Amino acid sequence: MSTVKTILLAVLLTLSVSVFAAATLEAFKFTSAADEQHFKELIVELRCLVCQNQSLLDSDAELAHDLRVEVYDMLQAGQADTEIIDFLVARYGDFVLYSPPVKPSTYLLWFGPFVLLAVALVLLVFALRRQRHATDQKPITDMDRQQLDRILGKRGNRTDRES
Amino acid sequence: MIPELGHFALILALAMALVLAIMPMIGSLSNTPSWVALARPLAWGQFTFLLIAFACLVNAFLVNDFSVTYVAQHGNTRLPNIYKISAVWGAHEGSLLLWAFILSGWTLAVALFARQLPDVMIGRVLAVMGMISIGFLSFMLFTSNPFARTFPVPLEGGDLNPLLQDFGLAIHPPMLYMGYVGLSVAFSFAIAALVGGKLDISWARWSRPWTTVAWVFLTIGITLGSWWAYYELGWGGWWFWDPVENASFMPWLAATALIHSLAVTEKRGAFKRWTVLLSLLAFSLSLLGTFLVRSGVLTSVHSFAADPARGLFILIFLCIVIGGSLVLYAWRAPNVTSGGEFSALSRESLLLGNNLLLIMITAFILLGTLAPLIYDAFGWGKISVGFPWFNTMFVIFTPFLVLLMGLGPLTRWKQQDAADLVRQFRIALLASLGAGLLAALPLLHEGSVYAGLAVMLSVWLTTTLLLSLRKRLRHRQGFGAFLKDIRARGGGSYYGMLLAHFGVAVFTIGVTFVTLFDVEKDVRMAPGETLELAGYTFRFDGVEKIQGPNYRADRGTLHVSRHGQDVAVLKPEKRTYLVQTRPMTEAGIDAGFFRDIYVSLGEALDAGSWSLRLYYKPLVRWIWLGGILIAIGGLLAAFDRRYRLAVRRDVAATAAPPGDALATEGPA
Repeated sequence: MSTVKTILLAVLLTLSVSVFAAATLEAFKFTSAADEQHFKELIVELRCLVCQNQSLLDSDAELAHDLRVEVYDMLQAGQADTEIIDFLVARYGDFVLYSPPVKPSTYLLWFGPFVLLAVALVLLVFALRRQRHATDQKPITDMDRQQLDRILGKRGNRTDRES
Repeated sequence: MIPELGHFALILALAMALVLAIMPMIGSLSNTPSWVALARPLAWGQFTFLLIAFACLVNAFLVNDFSVTYVAQHGNTRLPNIYKISAVWGAHEGSLLLWAFILSGWTLAVALFARQLPDVMIGRVLAVMGMISIGFLSFMLFTSNPFARTFPVPLEGGDLNPLLQDFGLAIHPPMLYMGYVGLSVAFSFAIAALVGGKLDISWARWSRPWTTVAWVFLTIGITLGSWWAYYELGWGGWWFWDPVENASFMPWLAATALIHSLAVTEKRGAFKRWTVLLSLLAFSLSLLGTFLVRSGVLTSVHSFAADPARGLFILIFLCIVIGGSLVLYAWRAPNVTSGGEFSALSRESLLLGNNLLLIMITAFILLGTLAPLIYDAFGWGKISVGFPWFNTMFVIFTPFLVLLMGLGPLTRWKQQDAADLVRQFRIALLASLGAGLLAALPLLHEGSVYAGLAVMLSVWLTTTLLLSLRKRLRHRQGFGAFLKDIRARGGGSYYGMLLAHFGVAVFTIGVTFVTLFDVEKDVRMAPGETLELAGYTFRFDGVEKIQGPNYRADRGTLHVSRHGQDVAVLKPEKRTYLVQTRPMTEAGIDAGFFRDIYVSLGEALDAGSWSLRLYYKPLVRWIWLGGILIAIGGLLAAFDRRYRLAVRRDVAATAAPPGDALATEGPA
């Protein structure tokens, strides 16, 4: 399956000459500015499947053009966003979504960073704790004092400078 | 003949690198000064031969020597000279040569400018850089030789990718590579210190300016890349969380953590092991970035090379460098004494928090960048991880970073009284909350929680910086206090910090406002037609055909006015290059401090009318202005007078009896 897709992708890549040019959407008529905004917000999160990382909003490739028309028609027919997304996912898989759906296989992606953050916070608390112990446990010894006297004796006029 | 000279020069450079990697290192361990002393001349030799190789390739492009495969693929007789030169690093083989050349340049710079270092140390640092060089030179010679010939010789070259025929992208890779490769200096210092088992404050002081300079280059490189994407890709975006963009952002974040951690190590002697680990991490991420871009494992806008054999080589190289350095770390680091105790609330603890956050952000970007690969490899399905995911994560994590950035400069080293800190930042907190609330409410614009958050963070950052400045100047009076302070104390580090942090505030505002409040419209316009967008009137004056040096183009003319007054005449183009015929958009942009007007030309429709996309982008320049401020701040810090004074003091300390060593470790 994935090999077929790769080959297909490679073929399409060589065929679509206009990978990098930006697309325009003047062909679509909307009844209100809010509708247009809604359409754009929907397709900007959908991936153009034949491009190198461009959204359906920005891509000028043939396929992107066709998919834009398809999404537009579905919207005009009164279909909900979820229906449109389900339809595209059924056809192209999760790959078409820039925002991966939250489901067990993507828990790693969506919750991993927070688990990591929790671990980091625990480590931070430990590090700070250990630091405090270290500070507590080290009183000034006579040797330190002698050394201090020696340095201060030499550099008595030196002021402590910050930063 | 000349390409063969280049090829031989490459081989000789590899020979130099081999000797450089082995002799001084063994010499330093077996106490053989004559072997250690080879390091500097070898650094010279390696640089000279790579300079020759590089010049040979530049020459091959300039004289259109299409018998060289690489030139035949990416050169063209009609390419303007500046792009003939930038074509040298426009694709895989040449960009590797640039990498190796820059590495030899950094190696030479260390040999020349790090005179105060003990010979043993410099021998080891240069040896480690030589090892990295071996990796890149053999990679080039065995898998990607830029001087390989081709027969029969084609009459015309395949031309440089039109996307790269642009000034911004001509200088973006060298800047980025200066940063990537510059981090190898920090890496080599860390490895050399681990080998010697001597991780002290002077190690941090040596490493610090080098790391900062590399970080400055990286900052400039990323800023340039973002600016280029904005005006060249034609959809007005400045960052897409593309894998290649992430590949440059991750080392930047790690290097940002590193320069802060180095500050603590240098001033307080704390975080030594952590600083070493970050040095290893930052350069490893640079290598990973090169790997991601060059192996073509990720499909993305900017990745122009794909070859699995090369990918395998880099992967093995990556494993050796990262694995080897981590093994060395695991072996040596436990012996490092931790010094410089501090309490739970202190500048050290805040910087530790900042470091952890930066590494967290790096980690999740790495996760998001590699997730599609990982999922594919384990058969969990093909997924895309795009800007919605990255933006969500970034917006969750970074505000905490900015909060800490505000507190850090106000906090004392070692121990800070909480009540005193609160008293200091009270005003800043009130000001930022007030400003944030104002921006969140629908008074000036439609209002937005995100705008409120961004304004709050920026005001917080700016006011805390001002408070810190007032604190620093408290003993000096009058208007000239600032200048007097600079004259008396130098303070490049301090003022650099102020400027760079202020750059973050500017950047935050720019990003948020352009994201929230940009206006964009897809239109169809006939010649003479006018249209309103965000208070501006656009009049379309038609499209003419023009002829460039190596492309044909349709060039539109739009007349922009506001309240009857002329604002700009924009000339967006749609180019078709003669060799690689994909159409390219050249946006028409009227840049301004408060807003950009941005027009890109779409398709020709019937009867002289065209499809166009018009944008109004408020404060978009602040994004790159922020980047520039951050870079200038870094430069000020890197050239702090202190490092030059430290040179003399270190020399004096080396001469003094060991009992006096403590005297040099006071707060500088």
